[in-house]
Amino acid sequence: MDGAEASPPSQETPPFLELRSLTKRFPGVVANDRVSLSVRAGEVHALLGENGAGKSTLVSMLYGLLQPDEGEILLAGRRVWIRSPKDALSLGIGLVPQHFLLVKKHTVAENVALGLPGVPFLAPTRGLEVQLRQLGERYGLPVDPRAYVWQLSAGEQQRVEILKVLVRDVRLLILDEPTSVLTPQEARGLFQVLRRMKEEGHAVIFITHKLEEVLEVADRVTVLRRGRVVATLPVAGASRARLARLMVGEEVAPPKAERTRPPGEPLLFVEDLWVKSDRGYFAVKDVNFEVRAGEIVGLAGVAGNGQSELIEALTGLRRPSRGWIRLGERDLTGRDARVYFEAGVAHVPEDRTHRGVVPSLSVAENLILKHYRYPPFARGPLLDRRAVRAFAADTVERYRVVAPSVDAPVRLLSGGNIQKLILARELYARPRLLVAAHPTYGLDVGAAAQVHRLLLAERDRGAAVFLVSEDLEEILALSDRILVIFDGKIVAELSPGEASKERLGLLMAGVAA
Amino acid sequence: MRLVPREQPGPAFVLAVSALAVLLAFAASLVLLALYGASPVEALRVVYQGVLADPRGFAEVLRRAVPLTLAGAGLALAFRAQFWNIGAEGQLLLGAVAASGVALFGPGEGITKLFLMGLAAFVAGGLWAALPAYLKGRLSVNDVITTLMLNYVAIYLVEWLIHGPWKGRSVFGFAYTDRFPASAWLPTWPGTALAWPGVLLAVAFAVFFAWLLFATRLGFEIRVVGENPEAARYAGIRALSTLFWVALLSGGVAGLAGFVEVAGTHHRLLAPLQISLGYGYTAIIVAWLGRNHPLTTLLTGLLIGFVFAAGDVAKVALATPFQLVQVVNGLILFFLIAAEVPIRYRIVWGSDRG
Repeated sequence: MDGAEASPPSQETPPFLELRSLTKRFPGVVANDRVSLSVRAGEVHALLGENGAGKSTLVSMLYGLLQPDEGEILLAGRRVWIRSPKDALSLGIGLVPQHFLLVKKHTVAENVALGLPGVPFLAPTRGLEVQLRQLGERYGLPVDPRAYVWQLSAGEQQRVEILKVLVRDVRLLILDEPTSVLTPQEARGLFQVLRRMKEEGHAVIFITHKLEEVLEVADRVTVLRRGRVVATLPVAGASRARLARLMVGEEVAPPKAERTRPPGEPLLFVEDLWVKSDRGYFAVKDVNFEVRAGEIVGLAGVAGNGQSELIEALTGLRRPSRGWIRLGERDLTGRDARVYFEAGVAHVPEDRTHRGVVPSLSVAENLILKHYRYPPFARGPLLDRRAVRAFAADTVERYRVVAPSVDAPVRLLSGGNIQKLILARELYARPRLLVAAHPTYGLDVGAAAQVHRLLLAERDRGAAVFLVSEDLEEILALSDRILVIFDGKIVAELSPGEASKERLGLLMAGVAA
Repeated sequence: MRLVPREQPGPAFVLAVSALAVLLAFAASLVLLALYGASPVEALRVVYQGVLADPRGFAEVLRRAVPLTLAGAGLALAFRAQFWNIGAEGQLLLGAVAASGVALFGPGEGITKLFLMGLAAFVAGGLWAALPAYLKGRLSVNDVITTLMLNYVAIYLVEWLIHGPWKGRSVFGFAYTDRFPASAWLPTWPGTALAWPGVLLAVAFAVFFAWLLFATRLGFEIRVVGENPEAARYAGIRALSTLFWVALLSGGVAGLAGFVEVAGTHHRLLAPLQISLGYGYTAIIVAWLGRNHPLTTLLTGLLIGFVFAAGDVAKVALATPFQLVQVVNGLILFFLIAAEVPIRYRIVWGSDRG
């Protein structure tokens, strides 16, 4: 520990943590653009922003996982360089990660002992159990040190992660989207803990994209948008509406997509749909909607409000618990992905590299990932490699996929080119319904524009397009109708005329508007 | 010192590093021999004269290489699909049982009989592997454990048969079956113990599996399921059926290896350890060393076959224990796993700046 210890929360002393003009660039994107902010001891400071706003990059720099390109980090008025998590911990900065890093088959105490300095070689958890119980009592984090981690709920596992950090005597605690894995009750418990920490003089950085959490627990909030600090303001006196507007940005007149013909008959029917998440909760609750042929329906929502589960249900990857999914006259409820594909459903998945492609296979092989079973690529049980290569060469050209060759593994391609490849593959079979999840997320402007043109061309061809996105400009620019999802329910249906960014932002945050 | 991942190691580089690992393993084996009291120079001479310079010795290499390559090519296929088949040993024994059953009690004469024996062996070995594949695909039961445990079931099945219902009438209390009728014997190369049809089978299946993997729909499915199961589901590939075919083929060729052993060498069903010498386990090294490419198992099968044959010669000429073969195989595996580091990473000296 250095000179920062035991500085009481007061206005005279320098803030515990100060960031000055931190900048971090990645190829093609500035993830953090001259970010400045300060966090005082005894303060819960919220970092609010949409996905991709630069919150994770900032945290990674604070915890030593990334190095800033420019700018400086000051701790209690002194400049510090944080080159690794070890550096961060020795400076008193601890991180509670969004996805827990615990050894499931070990006990709570054993997990805490892992990597802790000064732990004896034999009986490493001796002494630690008492300390854990004491810390638990002090902060309201009751966990049995002898329980095995696999026995614990998500909320309890998070307590272990917090204890892991507290045991190391940290002064600044960073929590990365801590409520995303919690039930509402568990979240309330967590907020109690944060208040206790505040009283003990800790500084807390709380990362979230949920407005109500900011209002409930934070003292001050810094809003990030596209890598920049938009505002830092005290929470007292801030309204939900103001925060929502800061988060999603000012109104921009969306470029309107000219259409060549009006929408046709309803094609996709979703009725009384209930879908469970992997954790067993209902993530999609009683959802009803239709999509017409030749129509783009946009689904707006903050991540984690049931979009992923809804998309998986609509593409045969997740079996709904209740309700119906029909395409035209055909009932597809409960069928698998192959049946959906053969019925004419194309899917541009959210997770490009883990679901959309096989990174180690070639461009050509990824282009036929769904078509290899059918002519002209299949001849009986055989693959017609010449047809595959010809198709690949032609497609790469037509969709302007930049790749070393059609035989190069897809992992060598950039995100934008992988996305073009996926779209090329999904559109090849002339789908009746296209489900596109965050189709331009992380893409540069040129690739995003090409993706938008393709979606509009599909609409004009007469396909039904279901567009899920967190990018409100995209939703407003492309959609014929806009649905808003919050907490698994469709809370509003708007025409682009009645929708504005601000209104959508409020609806997405669960505020009736 | 730190490790920096390599972009994409080329095949020549992988081959060179693997060859170096094998040479180091051999060098370490010579050190072990020296500790055992045998002169390494003498050992090299004996192995060269007894194995490499002698046609009969080389036939022994091939005889060992046949079951190793057959089972190894099948395992390469299985591992590609992330079906962790550790049960080639049991599948081989089941093949031996099925072939023996047909030989002793089944119909057919001449070539028909041999064909039926091979077919029965293939089906028996394949189904023995399909059971764990089904449990994995349907109930997510760990395939490493089920395939491994089924080896023991197969071993006791053979033991029971040769002590019980199939015990020979003319074997004076020994625990094995009667000798197969002559029509159930595979022909051998004149002057050697090598059942040459086995060599043809091994080459044919290694080539067939490579073709299957890269030129057929099933092969495509196998690679997608193995490389990215989530993408396979997204693509509408039904993993259970892919897994079933992989298991059938992988276990089937191991069964064929069992058929070649009993019909080519022993001409009867006898104790499991005499039938196999652990070929099914060693085939894991064959597949691994061949980077799970069916064609390269032709080379690696030959290499491990050489280790077995050399161990035989050394046992006689230098009075080393036969277990030395296992030790050398273990060393090869050891060095190969260690070779993964220089294959995947560049070693950079200095601090982590820049």
